[in-house]
Amino acid sequence: MADHTNSVENSEKHEFYKKKHREQMKHQVVTFVMMIAFTLIAFGLVIAEVSAMFTIPIILVLAAVQVLFQLYYFMHMNEEGHQWPAVMIYSGIFAAVLTILALTTITWW
Amino acid sequence: MSTTANQKAGIGSVLWDYLTTVDHKKIAILYLIGGMFFFLVGGLQAMLIRIQLIVPENEFLSAQFYNEVLTMHGTTMIFLAAMPLLFALMNAVLPLQIGARDVAFPFVNALGFWLFFFGGIFLNISWFTGGAPDAGWTAYAPLSVFSEGHGVDYYSIGLQIAGFGTLMAGINFLVTVINMRAPGMTYMRMPLFTWTSFIASVLILFAFPALTVGLFLLTFDRLFGANFFNPDMGGNAIIWEHLFWIFGHPEVYILILPAFGVFSEVIPAFAKKRLFGYSSMVFATILIAFLGFMVWAHHMFTVGLGPIANSIFAVATMAIAVPTGIKIFNWLFTLWGGQIRMTSPMVFALGFIPTFTIGGMTGVMLASAAADFQYHDSYFVVAHFHYVIVGGVVLGIFAGLIYWWPKMFGTLLNEKLNHWFFWLFFIGFHLTFFLQHFLGLMGMPRRYWTYLEGQNLDLFNLISTIGAFFMAVGTLVFLYNVVKTQMKGEKVSGDPWDARTLEWSIPSPPPFYNFKQEPLVRGLDPLWIEKMQGNGKIQPAEPLGDIHMPNRSLTPFMISLGLFIAGFGIMYQGGMWVLAGIGFATTLGSMLYRSLKDDIGYHVHKEELEEEGDGSNG
Ligand code: HEM
Ligand SMILES: [Cu+2]
Repeated sequence: MADHTNSVENSEKHEFYKKKHREQMKHQVVTFVMMIAFTLIAFGLVIAEVSAMFTIPIILVLAAVQVLFQLYYFMHMNEEGHQWPAVMIYSGIFAAVLTILALTTITWW
Repeated sequence: MSTTANQKAGIGSVLWDYLTTVDHKKIAILYLIGGMFFFLVGGLQAMLIRIQLIVPENEFLSAQFYNEVLTMHGTTMIFLAAMPLLFALMNAVLPLQIGARDVAFPFVNALGFWLFFFGGIFLNISWFTGGAPDAGWTAYAPLSVFSEGHGVDYYSIGLQIAGFGTLMAGINFLVTVINMRAPGMTYMRMPLFTWTSFIASVLILFAFPALTVGLFLLTFDRLFGANFFNPDMGGNAIIWEHLFWIFGHPEVYILILPAFGVFSEVIPAFAKKRLFGYSSMVFATILIAFLGFMVWAHHMFTVGLGPIANSIFAVATMAIAVPTGIKIFNWLFTLWGGQIRMTSPMVFALGFIPTFTIGGMTGVMLASAAADFQYHDSYFVVAHFHYVIVGGVVLGIFAGLIYWWPKMFGTLLNEKLNHWFFWLFFIGFHLTFFLQHFLGLMGMPRRYWTYLEGQNLDLFNLISTIGAFFMAVGTLVFLYNVVKTQMKGEKVSGDPWDARTLEWSIPSPPPFYNFKQEPLVRGLDPLWIEKMQGNGKIQPAEPLGDIHMPNRSLTPFMISLGLFIAGFGIMYQGGMWVLAGIGFATTLGSMLYRSLKDDIGYHVHKEELEEEGDGSNG
């Protein structure tokens, strides 16, 4: 009897994880395709010789989004148990941005 | 694989044991020996400085040699004495305080020590090869770029190596605290020393890269013809100052936060009360760390950043006084109504509070940008930072060493001698540095090798030098005490202070696996809870089982040795390039060896453990 419930539980668990993995797979494929698209857009802008004033900010934004895709979908930061890495990454970004901001405004401006 | 093999071993096997150890308790002892050695070297340099300044127009040291001694005093004390001594305390007790059997990365931990050690030796070899660094511990460009000889190269490469070590140590403690806490040891039950060391590690992780970058730029400017700091070629000398202080200000908090932690352990233990305002202490620590990153330009008020930048940084700097004040009041309220025992760590703590408060007050004075034009680069600044660093960090280190000495060595330092040490050091300290505030206000600039007669500077300088001798004698008393205590070797129990936290629940010194069974933590001050509500023993969270331990390894030593050798090649170039080849080959080869070889450690078996008592402080 006990065995029976156990195996039912197990197969439910199995189904759950299967579903979860399928979803993950879908997300990864979608983000992967989007990242390729982003790269093509970036190259396309340069090849088409669009004004640098437009191209550079766009490329930077695309790059930032790609980093987030990497972190969240490929390095699993969107799942639970990743609060610490997130805290550390964002504090690091905070310190770096502060540094760059200060240097650009008070030294090089 | 058991420690009994090491007992009664010859000098050779002891040496091998320490060269290859990955045990945090032994690494603590290594840090202690290394840090104390450099503390004495730095202290000797301080005495030379003070003897030179004892009378006006003294010729005891030449101007050039004075510059070298002054530079190395600052560099040694910050990077090679204060930091490693704090790491000694962290290694000795942090894992015990959170109920961990080991640190997260024992190998990286050992690597951190050996990088520090070889970096320090590298720096000091400069004394014998034509002159030490002479551009100040802050090594401002362009002076540091144009400084002749190889002195500043020793600085940039030596600190680079030691700095890698600090990063390693910081990363290890970060992960240890996040991942290795015992069951029930939630974040808000962690002892304050663990908390402050944890936050200091965060600061290390984010501040040291700025130093790394700065040192690389300096090295390239000096050795490879780069022009990062050369305005003629489109560089900018101010970049060094920014990079140095973006690192440098967090660095002073990396030093003081663990010292705050020590006092937050010592005061509750000897006031027989739980720490007042625990959560506000944690909050204040985090706030200090956060603000600490936004104030670096207060070292650069006179550079000419403009009134807006100066005002922003002045206000941010003054804001740090608020969380610092929270801490001071929490310590005072912990003392309030407590059953105070005047043990020597407690006396250090009581001496610390007013001394550090004075240092904080002069800090706020310095932080008002307009006034700082007057104070900057005068002895007033020297007085300020010695009040916070000696009155805060050094007193904290010694309080911690005396307090945890039984946990590290199983012996108790002689209390009477500890009190002698304290009073000599404390009185000497105030004699040395209090008057320096006024020397600064009277216009005596810092870093000058002498001063003229008839400017009313003579008397205060004389008193200051006399004070320095008091401090030196005090330190010798401490050393004598250490030797005497260790020779006598009288063992004490696991809990000689009747203290509150987890590290006191196990024998002194602890067995190499720390906790026989993982402890179950039932609240803040877990041992005290068991003393009040239970049988005084920590309950285990698991049945007795096999314990997994890491294997010893010489690889950390080899990796660091390689960088040390390579440093000479990079510096002297020409035919010496071969040294760079040998050095980097050693380092990279050792890293490769480490990556390819599977080292899964070993197990201590249940049967062996059963023979060794119940693992409590007994
Ligand atoms: C309330 C807290 C503090 C404030 C407001 C403060 C403010 C300042 C300011 C404005 C300066 C620059 C003075 C100048 O060069 O003209 C300074 C220098 C310094 N402070 Fe502090 N400080 C504080 C706490 C600390 C602490 C806790 C430490 C170390 C543990 C520290 C270590 C130093 C050092 C080493 C220098 C001199 C660096 C050099 O030029 O060589 N300060 N402080
Ligand atoms: Cu500062």
